[in-house]
Amino acid sequence: MSEFNLSQVLETNRSFVDEVIAESGQDIRQCYQCAKCSGGCPGTFAMDYLPNQIMRMLMLGMKEEVLKSQTIWVCMACNTCTTRCIRDIDVARVMDTLRQEAVKHGYTENGRLVLIFNDVFLGTVRSYGRLFEAGLLMMNNLKTGSLFKDAQFGLPMMLKGKAKPFPHRIKGRREIKKIFDETKRREGK
Amino acid sequence: MAKYALYPGCSLETGGIEYGMSSHAVAETLGIEFYEVPDWNCCGASSAHMTDHLLSLALPARVFALAETLPVNEMVAPCAACHQRFAAVEHELQDEDLRRKVNSLLERPYTGKVKLKSYLDVFANSATLDKIQKKVERSLKGLKVACYYGCLFVKPPKVVNFVDDPENPQAMDNIMRALGAEPLPWPYKTECCGASLGMTKEDACTKLCNDILRIAKDAGADCIVAACPLCQQNLDMRQISVEKKYGTQYRMPIPFFTQLIGLAFGLDPKVLGFKKLFVDPVMVLRKVGVA
Repeated sequence: MSEFNLSQVLETNRSFVDEVIAESGQDIRQCYQCAKCSGGCPGTFAMDYLPNQIMRMLMLGMKEEVLKSQTIWVCMACNTCTTRCIRDIDVARVMDTLRQEAVKHGYTENGRLVLIFNDVFLGTVRSYGRLFEAGLLMMNNLKTGSLFKDAQFGLPMMLKGKAKPFPHRIKGRREIKKIFDETKRREGK
Repeated sequence: MAKYALYPGCSLETGGIEYGMSSHAVAETLGIEFYEVPDWNCCGASSAHMTDHLLSLALPARVFALAETLPVNEMVAPCAACHQRFAAVEHELQDEDLRRKVNSLLERPYTGKVKLKSYLDVFANSATLDKIQKKVERSLKGLKVACYYGCLFVKPPKVVNFVDDPENPQAMDNIMRALGAEPLPWPYKTECCGASLGMTKEDACTKLCNDILRIAKDAGADCIVAACPLCQQNLDMRQISVEKKYGTQYRMPIPFFTQLIGLAFGLDPKVLGFKKLFVDPVMVLRKVGVA
């Protein structure tokens, strides 16, 4: 982390902090750094900043550091932090908001694989109404460039009747498309 | 007779097919009636809530609205990930403004008439637990089990409305006791298995699986009992990669709790989908004398 003037950073990024508070509905300023979130987080071994550090950095307006972090993409949304937060902050929800903010502000490098996965996952839901697992796996591997990832599971899954070669199309596909298109439009994306 | 709307979720028809099979067989024996929600759609899972808040509410809300056309008051989602998304809708759409916003996206409005019930609670409530105990034909005596609840059935408690302790839940343990099995005390009941990182950060996922398998083995478990198809698939299927990476030999069967109920009821292991498990459950079956 480079050296910088905190009060200056906070001044510049105040609107970003307000945006995170508004979008997540969580008053991050209530955090008093007890670090219970980090103590219980099962993902810390793969993170660059601990969850409580992210909260503190947010309070200080360190927009770029937070949005560029690995942490927000490692978070598995298991909600242990939210469950244990003594200040009643939904930390997992803040992480959701930060992932969306990272996309909005163009910090997607560390989240590339997660974003591709989510995009492909939701793409099958938008088309068919339900997740198409085999399609998800194939499209994901194509887009990430690791063609044979999890390929060893494909055949046994098929043989056990656990993977279907074709998607199930629900009747209300038009309704589903509307939900996708309208939510996208309303969030101004 | 207990009646519920059933939301199978995408994985109950694919990766967790044995959960669906055993659930239906056991429900029939217990006289529980499930009505599948007509034309249900995917709840959006974590991909939706990571991407767009409104989308993550609207997809499950459509399912709730469809469940309201059924002659039931309650809906269950056997998958913990789906369950948590429905719980989020129930929790957040108490806000009138948000409810109006979500309903404007739907063909049929969500009214909140059908309430979400924990799938574990369907079996662990005292009346059903009594019934289960009476129907046991092959006791699971001698079987040491580590009940694994995963994170999403129990967390966050304010949202999922789980009546149990989110750090040390007992619902599944009580079911196992009713079957004659011995549920072990172990500290990883609700630790995350990392299933959502399986496609994106596999190394991290493998480590989390290894931790859970190791702790269960150390506690003396014959098997880990699962209640979520994503956790089950992760711990069962990925054991190959875990054992390769960490040089271990757990060979830990990961049956669903409904499979064990069915086994104790004397149902055919084939009907309960035991053949669908990746790690051979032979040691579980042997304990009750069917293998």
